[in-house]
Amino acid sequence: MGNKTPTFDRSDFELADNSERVQIDHNYISQSYWKDAFIRFKSNKGAVVGLIMILIISLFAIVGPMMSDHTYKSVNIRHKSLAPRIEGFENSFIFNGVANRINSYEQKGLDDVYYIFGTDTLGRDLWTRTWMGTRISLYIATIAVAIDMLIGMIYGLVSGYYGHSIDNAMQRFIEILSGIPNLVIVTLLIVILKPGLVTITIALMITGWIGMSRVARAQMLKLKEQEFVLASKTLGAGNFAIIFKDILPNIFGQIIIMSMFSIPTAIFTEAFLAFIGLGIPQPMASLGSLISEGFKSMTIYPYMIAAPVVVLALLMLSFNLLADGLRDALDPKMKEM
Amino acid sequence: MNKYVLRRLGLAAVTILVILLILFLMLELMPGSPFNDEKITKAQRAVLDAKYGLDQPVLSRFILYIKAMLSGDFGVSYVIQKNMPISTMLEARLPVTIQVGIQAILLGTLIGLILGIVAALKHNSFVDSLTTFISVIGVSFPSYVFALALSYYFASKLGWFPILYASSQPFVSTILPTIALSMFTLATVARFARSEMIEVLGSDYMLLSESKGVKRPRLILVHALRNTLIPIITVLAPLVVALMTGSLVIEQIFSIPGIGSLLVMAIQVNDYNVIIAVAFIYSILFIALTLIVDVLYGVIDPRIRLAKGDKHG
Repeated sequence: MGNKTPTFDRSDFELADNSERVQIDHNYISQSYWKDAFIRFKSNKGAVVGLIMILIISLFAIVGPMMSDHTYKSVNIRHKSLAPRIEGFENSFIFNGVANRINSYEQKGLDDVYYIFGTDTLGRDLWTRTWMGTRISLYIATIAVAIDMLIGMIYGLVSGYYGHSIDNAMQRFIEILSGIPNLVIVTLLIVILKPGLVTITIALMITGWIGMSRVARAQMLKLKEQEFVLASKTLGAGNFAIIFKDILPNIFGQIIIMSMFSIPTAIFTEAFLAFIGLGIPQPMASLGSLISEGFKSMTIYPYMIAAPVVVLALLMLSFNLLADGLRDALDPKMKEM
Repeated sequence: MNKYVLRRLGLAAVTILVILLILFLMLELMPGSPFNDEKITKAQRAVLDAKYGLDQPVLSRFILYIKAMLSGDFGVSYVIQKNMPISTMLEARLPVTIQVGIQAILLGTLIGLILGIVAALKHNSFVDSLTTFISVIGVSFPSYVFALALSYYFASKLGWFPILYASSQPFVSTILPTIALSMFTLATVARFARSEMIEVLGSDYMLLSESKGVKRPRLILVHALRNTLIPIITVLAPLVVALMTGSLVIEQIFSIPGIGSLLVMAIQVNDYNVIIAVAFIYSILFIALTLIVDVLYGVIDPRIRLAKGDKHG
């Protein structure tokens, strides 16, 4: 049988065009978590705008009261209820000193007097008062973060780390505490103590940290069974070192996100208390108390309420945008909460 | 399941007891007396104290107090309307607050859901950007900013709605307060509905239903909507809290005779029976609502009751 095995030579083959299937490996420079987060943050327009607005508002809060010759409490009855007026804007449609078609500057013969945000019914400069009020709001923001970090974070970490009966007791306490409406705690506290910054700070200390402690505990439960913790334990690390040196740096992203979200809530709490007349006592001003005062004469002098409302709204908006941006940057996997 | 519900009920009962204790202790610590009249002599004062039971030891007062509070007897108002039983005052005011609250939560949830779902269906469209914008604004601005803006523009300038609450037109005069109060709910629900819906739409079971030939409206309304609604139930409890806080301010702005404005009034004149009664009512409302939400969530999503109920027992 002449069955020949087929023989091939080179000419039977040709090179296939595989240029579409060939891939070139991309090599990326390995980046640290924080650098990665920074790049993500920068590409988020809203967050950057929020951050810039916060910086601008903070700058005004520091410099604003110094720019004016008036102090936040200097009363000048001759200058009462003046509309906003800025030098050089006399003929424009805004900041021209005209309210309700009346130019009270001309009526009172105050030709060389300028109030950027106008004056209130006692003749106090609203520009200075608004920025003094902003200082209060920014102070509240700082306090809120500090409380989150000092109380909420540590409470959550400890509760999650020790587990068992300690965790059980600590969590039951939180459940009961969160069962009482904030509104009730805050108002009752203010009834006992005198209204003021100290009282508001204490009110925030009682209720402001629960959310943070829950986040810190959840993260702790996730991490404490991992190998690096076991390794640390084997090497003889104490509980303190494990909690704060090994685990804390790994959950810092979540902690920052959560503390940023508590800022708007804290500012809102202060503004709300001030609005119902339980805030900073006169003659000090906070944005909430300015809005509350302006509200009383809103239909006659709407400009009195405009400046504090706009600043408060911008501040809240900026902090929300910043918090959203930080969440997306620091924890891209986290769902909207 | 029963264990979970029982545990939640027990916790609610303990919370109510703690609240009663706090309210009671706060009253004890509070400076001042309801009888701040300088003309009252010591003897008259003693008679008054005896009449209102203020001369008894702390513990027996506390037990009497719990009994009275739980039976709905909040005592009488000392200052606002002298000797008027607080339960009578509340009877007139509570329905107004609840009416505005329910209107606000219905409006907020409904519009929020519609906005969120439309935004998810038309991802990256104009509606989507609008929804994101509304949800950021709604969360950022305190409800009184909306209230002031609405009352200035629609009531004072345009005159479409009454500026203040009028009991003769209980619906028309609560339109503006309802809108102002619902903004936070609307914003939060819209945000949640959007992100949940986007996730649900991208899931495998939606693809399966679609490939089985389920029609689009049924696909969205039955299959997707149900799964979107479950997580939204969890945010309802915090929203109710925000509504309560908001109602205090909104009632001030529109002069609504509800329990929020009663609380503010009572704090300002140091009428402590009234403060306690209103704080207690707010707490009961809050605890009852969170209890309902938690149990409801456990019923709908078995994972929750297993995780929460059986781990810690």
